[in-house]
Amino acid sequence: MTDEQIAYLVIETDASSAMATVNVRCTGAWIVQGIAQLEHRLEDISRLVEKELVIDGAAITALDTSGAWLLHRTIREFEQSGRKITINGLRPEFSALMQLIAYCATVPEISQPSAPDWLARIGRLSWQTLHGVSGMLAFIGECAIILLRSFIRPSRIRWRPIFHNLQTAGFNALPIVGMLSFLMGFVIAYQGADQLQRFGANIFIADLVGLSMLRELSPLLTAIIVAGRSGSAYAAQIGTMKVTEEIDALRTIGVGPIELLVLPKMLALIIALPLLTVFADVAGVFGGMLMARSKLDVTFDVFLDRLGDAVSLSSFMTGVGKAPVFAAIIALVGCYQGFQVGGSADSVGRQTTVSVVHSIFLVILADALFSVVFNWLKI
Amino acid sequence: MSATMESTQKAVIDIRALNSRFGNNVVHDNVSLTVRPGEIFALVGGSGCGKSTMLRTIILLQQPVSGSIRVFDREVIGLNDEEALPLRRRWGVMFERGALFSSLTVAENVSMVLREHTQLSTRLIDEVVALKVALTGLPADAGSKYPSELSGGMRKRAALARAIALDPELLFLDEPTAGLDPLSASGIDELVRSLRDALGLTIMMVTHDLDLLWRSADRVAVLGEGHILGVGTMTELSRSDHPIIREYFYGPRGRAAQEQAWKKK
Repeated sequence: MTDEQIAYLVIETDASSAMATVNVRCTGAWIVQGIAQLEHRLEDISRLVEKELVIDGAAITALDTSGAWLLHRTIREFEQSGRKITINGLRPEFSALMQLIAYCATVPEISQPSAPDWLARIGRLSWQTLHGVSGMLAFIGECAIILLRSFIRPSRIRWRPIFHNLQTAGFNALPIVGMLSFLMGFVIAYQGADQLQRFGANIFIADLVGLSMLRELSPLLTAIIVAGRSGSAYAAQIGTMKVTEEIDALRTIGVGPIELLVLPKMLALIIALPLLTVFADVAGVFGGMLMARSKLDVTFDVFLDRLGDAVSLSSFMTGVGKAPVFAAIIALVGCYQGFQVGGSADSVGRQTTVSVVHSIFLVILADALFSVVFNWLKI
Repeated sequence: MSATMESTQKAVIDIRALNSRFGNNVVHDNVSLTVRPGEIFALVGGSGCGKSTMLRTIILLQQPVSGSIRVFDREVIGLNDEEALPLRRRWGVMFERGALFSSLTVAENVSMVLREHTQLSTRLIDEVVALKVALTGLPADAGSKYPSELSGGMRKRAALARAIALDPELLFLDEPTAGLDPLSASGIDELVRSLRDALGLTIMMVTHDLDLLWRSADRVAVLGEGHILGVGTMTELSRSDHPIIREYFYGPRGRAAQEQAWKKK
C-alpha cells in the first residue's frame, strides 16, 4: 500500500476526555484499500462526542463508495442518537457521491436462516429420502413405458447413439476391465495356492478360480468399474445439459430427453456389460492359469480340462445373467442423478458423486439378492 | 472532449499496432486505439469482428501475436498473474453472461472480492455489499438469492455489482444489455452513466445496442475487417461515408435508434 492510499483522521480538539464538541479533520484517500483502520477510529471518536461532531473534509483527496459509506454510516448513527454532525469542505464531486450513497443506503439484511433443531432435521432428511426413492421409482416407470413404446415402434429406436455408447462405455472399457480382472484372477490363485498345496489338491485351483471369477467376481468387478467410468459420465453429461437448459430445449423441440438420452445409454450398457463380463471371465481365468502353472505346476491343458468339469454352464450363465440387471441399475441411477441437478456447477459435482455411490451400493445389494435367490432355486 | 484535454490527460488504455489471429484467421491487423479518462468508450462492429477478443486481450485473458497495450500507463502484454494483480484490482469486468459463481449467493459473489482483497471488517463488508447491490438497482432481498433464482436482467445487475465491488477506476462491460428487455436495457443505460458520473469511472464496453450507444457512449470505435473503420462520437460516425459504418448506422434499426435519441434531446 502506498502512502497516498492511506486515509487519516486527525482530532483537532483535545480528545482525552468526553466533551461536547469535537472537531475532526479527514485527510488522504478514503478508498476501499485505506479505510480498514478508520472504521474503529471513527467508532472510538463517536463514543467520545457528547453533542456535536464537526468533520472537515477539505483534505480528502479521493473518495469511493466504501469511504463514502463509512462517512454516511457515522452521520446516520449521530442522527439516530440525536447528536449533531456537520461535514464541511467536501469537494463537490464527493458531495454528489455522498448524496448518491444516502439515496441508495439500505440496512443490510443478510439474514442467516437459523439452524433447524434435530427433530426438524430428521424429518427433513426422511422426507428427502422418501422423495428421492419415489422420484427414482417414477423415473424407472417413465423409462419402462418409453422403452415399451419404442419396442412397439422399433423405427423410433435411435441406433446411432446406441452404437456410440457401445463404443464409449463398452469397447473403450476393455483395457481397464481386462487388466483388473486379470490381476484379480492372479491374486485369487496366489492366495489359494498355499492352502491347496497343503492338501495336495493342486488341481482344484481351476475350481477355485473358475467358480469365484465366473459366478461372482467378474460381474461385480465389471459393474463397479463401469459405474465409476460411465455412470458418473452420464450424470455429469445430463447434469450439465440441465444447467445450460439443453434439456428444456429438447422438450420444446418435441424430443423426449429420456428417449434421446436415457434409452440409448441403457440399451447400450445392457448389451455391453454382459460382453465385458465375459471378457473379464476370460482375463481372470487366464490370470489364475498363469499363477497355477508357475506356483502349482498345473499346466494349461490340465487346468482347462479341469475347468470344463468344474464350471457348469449354469454357473457361467448366473454370472453373465446378472450383468444386464447391473447395467440397467447403473444407467438408470446415473441418468436419474443427472436429471436431479439444480442450477449450479456445485450441484453437478454433488449429483455425480451421488450417482457413483448409489449405483455401486445398489449393484452390490442386487448381487446379494441374486445369491439368495439362486441359493433358494439351487442353481 | 477537446483536443487540449486529450494532450494533457494520459490515456487510460493505449493500444498500439495490435495484431491477433486465430489460426490463419486474422482478427486484428495493426489496430491502435486510445481510451481517455472518464469517458464511456464503446467498441462496435458486426458479429465475429473481434470486439470481444480485443476486450479479452486487454484484460489479459488472451495473448495477441504482437503489439502493445498500456493500461494506466503500464504495459500489460506479457505480465504474469502475480504482476497483473495490482492492475486487475484497478479494473472491474462484467462478462456477457454474468459469470456469477453459481454456488454463491449474489451477496457472497460481491463480498468474495472484498474479502479477498481488503482488510475491512465483516460488518463493513456486509454493509458495502448491500450498498453495491442497491447501487446497481437490485432489490434488497436479491442479495440472499442464488444466480439461478434471478432473471436475466437481475443477473446482469448482480454481475455489475461484483464488477464494481472494489470501486475500480476502469470498468469493462461485455454486451451489458444483450438479452434484456427494452425496459431493463434502458435501466442499464442510465446505470452506466450514473456510475460514471458518480464514481468518475472510465468505461469501455462492447455492445450491439444502438440505443445504448446513442444515449451513453462518449466515443465509439467501429471495428471491421480487422481494422478500426472509424472512431468518434455517434454524431461524427453517422456522417461517415464508409459503407460498413453507413450500413451499421443507417439500417432500419440504426435510424430508429437515432430518432429516439434526438427525441430524448
